[in-house]
Amino acid sequence: MSASITSAQATAHGGGTPPSVPHLDVDPFAIDFFENPCPAQEALREAVVYLDKWSVYGVARHAQVHAVLNDPLIFCSSRGVGLSDFRKEKPWRPPSLILEADPPAHTRTRAVLSKVLSPAMMKQIRDGFLAAAEANVDELLQRRHIDAIADLAEAYPLSVFPNAIGLRQEGREHLLAYAAVVFSAFGPPNELRQAAIERSAPHQAYVAEQCRRTNLAPGGFGACVHAFSDTGEITLKEAPLLVRSLLSAGLDTTVNGLGAAIYCLARFPDQMAKLRADPSLARNAFEEAVRFESPVQTFFRTTTREVEIDGHAIGEGEKVLMFLGAANRDPRRWDEPDRNDLTRRTSGHIGFGAGVHMCVGQARLEGEVVLAALARKAASIEINGPVKRRYNNTLRGLESLPVTIKLA
Amino acid sequence: MLAATSHGIDGILAECGGNAMCATCHVYVDESWLGRLPAMGSEEDALLDGAAAERRPTSRLSCQIKLTPDLDGLVLRLPDRQV
Ligand code: HEM
Ligand code: FES
Repeated sequence: MSASITSAQATAHGGGTPPSVPHLDVDPFAIDFFENPCPAQEALREAVVYLDKWSVYGVARHAQVHAVLNDPLIFCSSRGVGLSDFRKEKPWRPPSLILEADPPAHTRTRAVLSKVLSPAMMKQIRDGFLAAAEANVDELLQRRHIDAIADLAEAYPLSVFPNAIGLRQEGREHLLAYAAVVFSAFGPPNELRQAAIERSAPHQAYVAEQCRRTNLAPGGFGACVHAFSDTGEITLKEAPLLVRSLLSAGLDTTVNGLGAAIYCLARFPDQMAKLRADPSLARNAFEEAVRFESPVQTFFRTTTREVEIDGHAIGEGEKVLMFLGAANRDPRRWDEPDRNDLTRRTSGHIGFGAGVHMCVGQARLEGEVVLAALARKAASIEINGPVKRRYNNTLRGLESLPVTIKLA
Repeated sequence: MLAATSHGIDGILAECGGNAMCATCHVYVDESWLGRLPAMGSEEDALLDGAAAERRPTSRLSCQIKLTPDLDGLVLRLPDRQV
């Protein structure tokens, strides 16, 4: 199934004229939405909609989100992938050279990060990541009563990712705080965003400092990025900003991806049993968790000209909100979308995006090794206390997941 | 690659969605077809070094092979693993 995108006739739709799509009174950045997104997402999938609360269009069907992601020249990223339009408002931080860029500028920076995070590089770090996952899980099995978010979903990536980048030991506590700001800042100017930006100065200062070449250990991803400034593929000024992309996009996303996967195993013991019976399902189990929970829920695009999506006209310069999470649960695309099934053929989910901006990092290695370690070593994971959600304008995940984890 | 994933062929994962990044769409091209395929780019060449299964002279990334009428009947073999 595919959605049709056609360039539309110029229509007069000046100041405040209602656009030609249904209006929906939904705030996808409100706490009650975060607590229970499914009913509202179902309504959002009914049609291309206009959300009056933030004056944006919304697309939520899989085919439509996929089509928007694959048309980066009409639905651009360079005017920001959050609600704020960089043409009208000063960005809160210098824009990303990859996430917030369009082809052809994007093509060059993207090529550099693709090479830095290539499959050959992943092969090299694989053994170290695997050993660290096993050690982490062994330690938790000794303790038995743990918080699966702090003690695993956060602890594990924090034990491998900053080292892989080549960061110094001191100050690493800023990393998750900085990423939380970045991802809430893509949202509208609600309380969450304003509070995040107000607190951001020390985290921004830390990140800017660590992105400098002299602060990055040789051999790490950070140093690899800088090496591309020697060959002229990027400039001396661009290199630190590309390292920043790894720091903002690589850690908190992984934490929420791992958190989603563990939360699935804890809620669905039948899936845990399947995984234990066949640990080689670990990679697909992570993939299915990313589809099921969509740790990155939304991103925006801005239209560069008038366009129609499935017959719904959208003017130039409009913000379009893509609901990745809703698309990943679209019954038009998935059988039993609300069932977590780690044997599902997950290919085609858009939890990592699609098209030219599709995630360069993906965290599949981290997901796979943690789930494989659990599959081999743990008999069960049971929730034993109140599950608390964490609120962020873009990221979906938990603040706390108290569980009892038993040795196999 | 698209043909394989949309027809549910299990041996082709295509985790990067055809962006020439992941090398999980690795295939071995039948020797009689090898010469008829479009030439390999340097990116594809580098990626194949990172592929999970053994790289052979006939290795290609299926997302970089655009199916044209000329390629009707193309014979590909799947490697034992993609990750
Ligand atoms: C479960 C974990 C992750 C999820 C769910 C995720 C999700 C995403 C999504 C949805 C996009 C598309 C953005 C767009 O279309 O505007 C993206 C892009 C990106 N991701 Fe990830 N990501 C994850 C892990 C990582 C990791 C580990 C890294 C780095 C090591 C990373 C680095 C990036 C970068 C640099 C981009 C921008 C790519 C571009 O614009 O071309 N991500 N990610
Ligand atoms: S689909 Fe990823 S390299 Fe071909």
